[in-house]
Amino acid sequence: MRHLMSPLDFTTSELDALFDLACDIEKNPKKYAHVCDGKKLATCFYEPSTRTRLSFEAAMMNLGGNVLGFSEASSSSAAKGESVSDTIRVISCYADICAMRHPKEGAPMVAASKSGIPVINAGDGGHQHPTQTLTDLLTIRNLHGKLNNFTIGLCGDLKFGRTVHSLIRALLRYEGIHFVFISPDELKIPDYIIDELKEKNATYEEVIMLDDVIDKLDILYMTRVQRERFFNEEDYVRLKNFYILTKEKMDKAKETCIVMHPLPRVNEISVEVDDDPRASYFKQAQFGVYVRMALIMTLLELEVKDA
Amino acid sequence: MLNIGQIEEGFVLDHIKAGQSLDIYYKLGLDKINNTVAIIKNVRSNKMGKKDILKVECDIEMLDLDVLGFIDHNITVNVVKGGVIVEKKALSLPKEITNIIKCENPRCITSIEQELPHIFVLTDPENEVYRCKYCEEKAHKFLKKY
Ligand SMILES: [Zn+2]
Repeated sequence: MRHLMSPLDFTTSELDALFDLACDIEKNPKKYAHVCDGKKLATCFYEPSTRTRLSFEAAMMNLGGNVLGFSEASSSSAAKGESVSDTIRVISCYADICAMRHPKEGAPMVAASKSGIPVINAGDGGHQHPTQTLTDLLTIRNLHGKLNNFTIGLCGDLKFGRTVHSLIRALLRYEGIHFVFISPDELKIPDYIIDELKEKNATYEEVIMLDDVIDKLDILYMTRVQRERFFNEEDYVRLKNFYILTKEKMDKAKETCIVMHPLPRVNEISVEVDDDPRASYFKQAQFGVYVRMALIMTLLELEVKDA
Repeated sequence: MLNIGQIEEGFVLDHIKAGQSLDIYYKLGLDKINNTVAIIKNVRSNKMGKKDILKVECDIEMLDLDVLGFIDHNITVNVVKGGVIVEKKALSLPKEITNIIKCENPRCITSIEQELPHIFVLTDPENEVYRCKYCEEKAHKFLKKY
């Protein structure tokens, strides 16, 4: 039995198989509409994350399965002090697979070690959120056509952004990727990530202004710059506009550039960009459902024979 | 030359980095035994400048080599029987250690579930880096001061 704790749990060839399956699901949704008939997904969310939970639930329903679960700790037995290990042993009697979100790092791994069913880490504190990374990789593969030889710009909060760190680590397994880190000094990419880049001989550059580099990007990955990350209001006000993607900035970007964002966005991408064909963040949310469908099938070891 | 005079059976831990003998004393659980234990600090050493030595009178089976290997695999373990050194044991970095050190990450699941074992895994043998099995926080070998 396999679990998914980190995006690096799968080898790149296993990821290729997963993404091929996700693409086939996208093309032939009917073929997969009953592959999970009679199966149940438990969504155990110890902290609310409506978007992630609904994405998992939609994925299971698209496969013909059912869902059950809880969406915050106060409505679960954790509120009565039950351990994660006990909870998963019980959930194993009710469901066939579990997606777990927990504010404490490593909680899904504790669950996996005692579980009778596959466990998917649906986010554990600031640690891992592997299905987000798989979503990002599938989006790049589908819209850019390949997972190697491109220039990706990561813009915004690169210091605290778990999503960004996971994506960088996942991309370091592919060839010929040039990283452009775009952030204010206060929110620069941490040294330990830079060390990993150097270790893998990846090329990278660090810049302050999106305007200076947007024309050379094949992919632009936007993240939110939060007010509370700045020491003073003055710096925030001075810098925030550099990190807001506008139609004007998009005019300088390549025709083929794809713009991604893990969502939810606040104001870092102005709504006028949404109608630009290069804006890919809502497609990304759709790919998130396909990749979770493929993941559920893979972990349950289900296949659909071609008719 | 080591004077192991008063030990009949037990072990002499030599080449301990100066200042670490007390930490090792506690991590090996030597504070819980009633036998003779000699802690010798700041011994002059050609190789190390200064070093600590621990001499323990006990059943040699009770020595946990994994704990010692984790703390410092350069320590020399001399096994004493009948008053003489009969064996020198080599130490290596253990792949995994359980309940020797605690995870210090306040966001780690071990911070709220007390019954979970604190397990650290050797992730980078070259730099002797251990990480929490759950949250991947780096281990700090010597946090406590006695
Ligand atoms: Zn930990």
